[in-house]
Amino acid sequence: MGKTLAEKVWDDHVVVKGEDGAPDLLYIDLHLVHEVTSPQAFDGLRQAGRRMRRTDLTVATEDHNTPTLEIDKPIQDPTSRKQIETLRQNAAEFGVRIHSLGDKEQGIVHLVGPQLGLTLPGITVVCGDSHTSTHGAFGAMAFGIGTSEVEHVMATQTLPLKPFKTMAINVEGELRPGVTAKDIILAVIAKIGTGGGAGYVFEYRGSAIRSLSIEGRMTICNMSIEAGARAGMVAPDETTFAYVKDKPHAPKGADWDAALKYWKTLPTDDDAVFDAEISIDASELEPFVTWGTNPGQGASLSGEVPDPESFTDPTDRAAAERALEYMDLRPGTKLKDIPVDTVFIGSCTNARMEDLSAAADIIRGKQKADGVKVIVVPGSARVRLEAEAAGLDKVFTDFGAEWRFAGCSMCLGMNPDQLAPGERCASTSNRNFEGRQGKGGRTHLVSPLVAAATAIRGTLSSPWDLHADGSAPADFDGEARNVTAEELQIVDPQQQRLAEEV
Amino acid sequence: MEKIRTLTGPIVPLERSNVDTDQIIPAVFLKRVTKTGYEDALFHSWRQDPAFVLNQEPYRHGGVLVVGHDFGTGSSREHAVWALRDFGITAVLGPRFGEIFRGNAGKQGLLVGQITDESKEALWAVARANPGAEITVDLESRTAIADGVSHEFAIDDYTRWRLLEGLDDIALTLRDEAAITDFEARRPSWMPRTQPMREGTP
Ligand code: SF4
Repeated sequence: MGKTLAEKVWDDHVVVKGEDGAPDLLYIDLHLVHEVTSPQAFDGLRQAGRRMRRTDLTVATEDHNTPTLEIDKPIQDPTSRKQIETLRQNAAEFGVRIHSLGDKEQGIVHLVGPQLGLTLPGITVVCGDSHTSTHGAFGAMAFGIGTSEVEHVMATQTLPLKPFKTMAINVEGELRPGVTAKDIILAVIAKIGTGGGAGYVFEYRGSAIRSLSIEGRMTICNMSIEAGARAGMVAPDETTFAYVKDKPHAPKGADWDAALKYWKTLPTDDDAVFDAEISIDASELEPFVTWGTNPGQGASLSGEVPDPESFTDPTDRAAAERALEYMDLRPGTKLKDIPVDTVFIGSCTNARMEDLSAAADIIRGKQKADGVKVIVVPGSARVRLEAEAAGLDKVFTDFGAEWRFAGCSMCLGMNPDQLAPGERCASTSNRNFEGRQGKGGRTHLVSPLVAAATAIRGTLSSPWDLHADGSAPADFDGEARNVTAEELQIVDPQQQRLAEEV
Repeated sequence: MEKIRTLTGPIVPLERSNVDTDQIIPAVFLKRVTKTGYEDALFHSWRQDPAFVLNQEPYRHGGVLVVGHDFGTGSSREHAVWALRDFGITAVLGPRFGEIFRGNAGKQGLLVGQITDESKEALWAVARANPGAEITVDLESRTAIADGVSHEFAIDDYTRWRLLEGLDDIALTLRDEAAITDFEARRPSWMPRTQPMREGTP
């Protein structure tokens, strides 16, 4: 019997095979570190008089607590400041490479690995952060761990683990224009529920996944954890190889050839069997939005706030009732009639170049709705620089949005960017739990395209709503990089300049 | 982690049941950046009351905590174990524990033993009659002796072995260090390295 992608990567990292139900000892190729889950791990090493085994497989960055304005000033909040200072001291003491606030490579930890070319197909990646699953987009086995496991990896570069079960998520068909990777994953989570993936590693497969960019695949793998999965993966292919090649730390020369040869053996064998399988028809998907307080409580944007009575499972019904109360929503309200106070474009789910340019293409030349606050936070300092080189910062500020420095920002209430109690936000992040974006804040998870359309109209909106009849026009494609500016009826400033010059 | 054979100290009677980890250590203390120094955080809200048992003289420096049903349920925070350990609690005996708490304790060198309801009541009675009365916990024989009476306690074989050997998770793994080193020698050269920084990285 053949093997799945996950099984191949796992088997190639087993240092000691567990006998009689004991866990395998798994080697870790890349350990990503940030300020929140690392301090006690470093302290544990220090107390036990242990060294870090492989500083050359470890990199640290600052993201959760960093402010996105006035980054040259001291951090106000004492707890945040303490965590950042502690990370800096620990990195210096143990010899860990660190990208601090102000550094060109600083940013959300899950953007830093890929953009440096440290995240590669077929490797194992861990981080004390549940969204480590993001790196699975490259065909890596990547998962979040707790603080004592962080210490364990620091000391041994391994983890004792029992193999995960495998689940295939087949997404076949062509996405309609304006429907994105974010809508796929929100639909997947709504289908299997927030606990449905417990104990599994997902493999996202099918034509819809194959045609996504690496950035879109990262968006999908990022939210695997919201369905309860340990990890999410996509088999590496030409798209992956093209993305990785020439990144600063990517293999070069003969190493590249050897790596490529290995990577091509990784995709799941035809006769491999998954422990579970589900299928989704991509061509039927619409822009999606969550109405509740977990990422599984979502619906197509053309729909309505559901009636809790419509849930047959009593637990689901009670959860929906509680969610609607917290979200201050009434059953039957059209999702598109829900007004928002804030639009947040950012987070490790959707703050890469592709996300920012897709949003910019929707809003270019327009004005944000009155009274709506729009903040755009690139996921890393490098994305910020690239976006500025492409003139996107200007597009956002002309629109009336705030253009910030990189970090986790409003994805979680740990830094100065927070919702006020009762405030409602359309957010491109990954968690809509009660209080996640600030105490009492209300979160609707959306794609960057929906966030942009919502910022224009002031109510939850799909990019389709920007067209007169509210349907998906045949020529509309939210993924602007695939179509010409005319087709999109969006003016590319550079082309305009050229036209003027001629 | 220290090897444990026998532990002797005062019986510290915590005559309450359903003590969850949030009561052992409230969430506000999770923001600290160290792994020790949590003695002030242990049972923080109850300690505001001068009459609380841990504020009484024979118990101020810890001992063997004897608790009611369902101790250590709720959130998985490892800090609960650290706070007990830092205060000077060397073992916890009780009729039933939160599963995650019990697992965390075993990994951090805190002995958690399961005793019968009768033993719990008997030990509380000893402490009531004679505050500061000592108990000796013998991990080898899985018994605890107080006031001349021997009480059996249950602890699974694996955890007992680890505590006797003084092995934390890392020490356990490092028993396979030769295998790790072998594996490292076989890793392909294309695998990513964060140091030294390759060309093009600032
Ligand atoms: S952006 Fe949000 S989800 Fe991602 S690492 Fe930061 S806090 Fe976690």
